[in-house]
Amino acid sequence: MKFQKFIPWLVIAAAFLFPFFDKNAYHIDVLVTAGIFILLALGLQVIVGYAGILNLGFAAFFAFGAYTYAIVNIHFHVPFWGGVAVSAIATAVFGMLLAFPALRLSGDYLAIVTLGAGEITRIVLNNLDQVTGGPNGLLGIDHPRLPMVNYDFSVHSQPYYFLILIFILAVIFFLRRLETSRLGRAWRALREDELAASAMGINLAWAKLTAFGIGGFIAGIAGCIFAAKQGTISPDSFDFTVSVMVLAMVVLGGIGSIYGAVLGALVLTILPECLRDFTSYRMLIFGVAMVVMMLFRPSGIWSSVRFRAQPLRANK
Amino acid sequence: MKNNQALAEFNILNIEKVTQRFGGVTALNELSFSVRQGQIASVIGPNGAGKTTLFNCITGLYRPDSGSMFFGDSQINLNRMQPYEIAACDISRTFQTIRLFKNMTALENVMVGAHSKLRSGMFGCLVQPRWTRVEEKRMEQRAHRLLNFFCLDGKANELAHNLAYGHQRKLEIARALASDPKLLLLDEPAAGMNPKEKEELLGYLTAIRDRGVTLVLIEHDMKVVMPISDHIVVLDYGKKIAEGKPKEIQCNKTVIEAYLGKPCE
Repeated sequence: MKFQKFIPWLVIAAAFLFPFFDKNAYHIDVLVTAGIFILLALGLQVIVGYAGILNLGFAAFFAFGAYTYAIVNIHFHVPFWGGVAVSAIATAVFGMLLAFPALRLSGDYLAIVTLGAGEITRIVLNNLDQVTGGPNGLLGIDHPRLPMVNYDFSVHSQPYYFLILIFILAVIFFLRRLETSRLGRAWRALREDELAASAMGINLAWAKLTAFGIGGFIAGIAGCIFAAKQGTISPDSFDFTVSVMVLAMVVLGGIGSIYGAVLGALVLTILPECLRDFTSYRMLIFGVAMVVMMLFRPSGIWSSVRFRAQPLRANK
Repeated sequence: MKNNQALAEFNILNIEKVTQRFGGVTALNELSFSVRQGQIASVIGPNGAGKTTLFNCITGLYRPDSGSMFFGDSQINLNRMQPYEIAACDISRTFQTIRLFKNMTALENVMVGAHSKLRSGMFGCLVQPRWTRVEEKRMEQRAHRLLNFFCLDGKANELAHNLAYGHQRKLEIARALASDPKLLLLDEPAAGMNPKEKEELLGYLTAIRDRGVTLVLIEHDMKVVMPISDHIVVLDYGKKIAEGKPKEIQCNKTVIEAYLGKPCE
């Protein structure tokens, strides 16, 4: 029992120490990509996992975050640290605007609306040449730099690894609080039974808007880091497959579970890399692995139900 | 004692000429009645008489086509209100088919019921200042007391869908009571219960009334309705066909006809 308390700290310590033992730049780079997807999966977990709203256009949130930073950086020379805040807040607002159709719809119909919104966003980015650079995207986005020590993150993966790790830990810290709060309960009630939730005094509009807002906020952070690391972004990076992959991470990891989203994102980014030796069979094996996984663990790798049933008892 | 009597004089809920149509069907037809504070009122009637429709109108799930509903000491008009606003006015309900939050624990279900009594918003939940934590702790203790009242405290951490049917019924009432309502609407609370459980339910309902909660219940089982109701309203095809004390209803000719049909001439 005592030992179990230390496990999260050990995992965090291991995550921080990892780049010092593994100097392979490729490994770290894969983990940075995984980290961005972890943030995205955590954001989508709020919308799909907690509030139970199927969102098939999450790539739009990611894109909005990335383009917001790119634009404020290129035109107004806002540094990364300010850019993160601007991106996160702007994407949260964008998410809430997208949620307005969600107030009238639910279930499959809503999923189609989010799918449409995702595609519209990509098409707008492709065609709004003056602002977004069209298909060429935006170039010359500043990498983050630490102002005090005048350290530029540049193109190496290692600093981004730590940057993302810190953001992931912060997001997990706040999501854990939300999970057991009044808002977290309201979201789950909404997921379980919308009608009963409204009869229990939950303002459905408020619950849905905050879910989209917070999900967007997290996706905005992910987008901003992505843009800052790449230095260049184009609409190709935000197509429908991104939405589907992030959704697969959430479902495979475990709907409604924070750690499930983290694991799902790690597995689905690292697994295809491990399969590179199989060249053209790569995606086939990947697909089969996913099907098998869902057959044997339909509620995900880290099922939220199992997880939630235990700790409450310890309180008494 | 005098005070009690004054309270009993007062109508906590006034339904005035409420009409609800669904296409060609008139589910409620100019229905009017009143519920007195501190009483147990029952709404009975054959299947499809409009009983559940009435509850859905009161709780804001349906918008009546005409008529008005007034609630509480200040007689708030419920007509244009959203379900969550009505819940915040201290009206709470259960459902005919159990609608618990299945993948949440019994305790969480009760705490969701208290949603409108908690103040923390998005930032309160994120930052969790001291007052939020105090409020949460207090509400958790209250939820435990409620579960205890229904002998469910041992099940506090069970997922709702793992509970036995009778327990689920009780949990739904506990969830509805969590917001500390003034008016509790129970839609067939005894459905599917065995005689022993029904007996138990009667005890709970009187205990809830004795705490000052006004109850309106829809029920088919006359063994439940007759002994505890102070007032009975009988509906048939959306119309009120009779109203009165249990004794009066039992020998009312129109009521018997509605249930059994007219005798052959």
